[in-house]
Amino acid sequence: MKKKLIPAGILIVSIALLLLGIMRKEYMEVFRRGILICLECIGIG
Amino acid sequence: MRKIRIKKRHIFPTNLVQWISLFAINGYFPVIKNPNLYQGRLKGLVCPSLNCYSCPLAYTSCPIGLMQHFAIIRAIPAYLLGWLGIIGATVGRAQCGWVCPFGLVQDLLYRIGKIKLPLPRGFVFVKYLILAGMIPLSMLTLDPVFCQFICPAGTLFAGIPQVLWIPDLRALVAHLFWIKISVLSIVVILSMMIKRPFCRALCPLGAFYSLFNRVSALKLQVDMDRCTECDLCYQVCPMDIKIYKDPNQIECIRCNRCVRICPEDAISVELFGKPLGKKQGIPLKVKVE
Repeated sequence: MKKKLIPAGILIVSIALLLLGIMRKEYMEVFRRGILICLECIGIG
Repeated sequence: MRKIRIKKRHIFPTNLVQWISLFAINGYFPVIKNPNLYQGRLKGLVCPSLNCYSCPLAYTSCPIGLMQHFAIIRAIPAYLLGWLGIIGATVGRAQCGWVCPFGLVQDLLYRIGKIKLPLPRGFVFVKYLILAGMIPLSMLTLDPVFCQFICPAGTLFAGIPQVLWIPDLRALVAHLFWIKISVLSIVVILSMMIKRPFCRALCPLGAFYSLFNRVSALKLQVDMDRCTECDLCYQVCPMDIKIYKDPNQIECIRCNRCVRICPEDAISVELFGKPLGKKQGIPLKVKVE
């Protein structure tokens, strides 16, 4: 039972967090960050 | 005790899935016409593995880059944590074994190396220090410190192609770029001698997912009545794990190579406590001494 409950509990919390993030339109922040070349990531910034 | 060695190089399903994932994650080839990077809607999605969003071919955004970005803007990344939590709770660290493009690079490099060495034991804890230190350091410096100074995947898949393709960026190359090239070179050389040194010692995403390994729905089980401790699983394990000692240890990337290779069928996979059926691997040619 414990084998099922712990992952199921984490899964429910994670889905709730994901939905909260979608409601807060965090994917737009992810999008804004992703479409620009990250100069730090490529070793220039 | 009889000794079993792998006689012939074996191709695992993981290898095929790793190649498919590489092109699924980094498949925006129209960028070749106009060097820059993919700027479509899919960039709003988070990649399950470490894959730089500045890679010209990348469709999605890097979770580690985003963790640091949200730390810099001082916001709680519910969307990111939710997505990573879903992956972690379901399959634990399996994406490291099946999806990560830089994991594939390290696996390929290890095949071509002649000298083989083990990773010193204490090094596996470095990645947890990086994970724990990355967020406060990014908040303090307002820079994504891991991406800036360490990430060899970013240098390989984004830094080198972007600098080669875009002349304006080439003009901006300074000492930081060469620091990153040096880190990448060290990781490449080590990968030829040590199995997945970056995943095991440095990757903060691997460290994050490993926290879920003991509680995830996907788990491995070892039937110790069948296991002969022949160490064939240890030989093929990309993380140098003896799976029979602890089937769900935090370093396991659930690549299932041990499941496929076990001549005694002692290792099995279960999801939410239910067995996922018998292995369907190709019979392996082994040499018994």
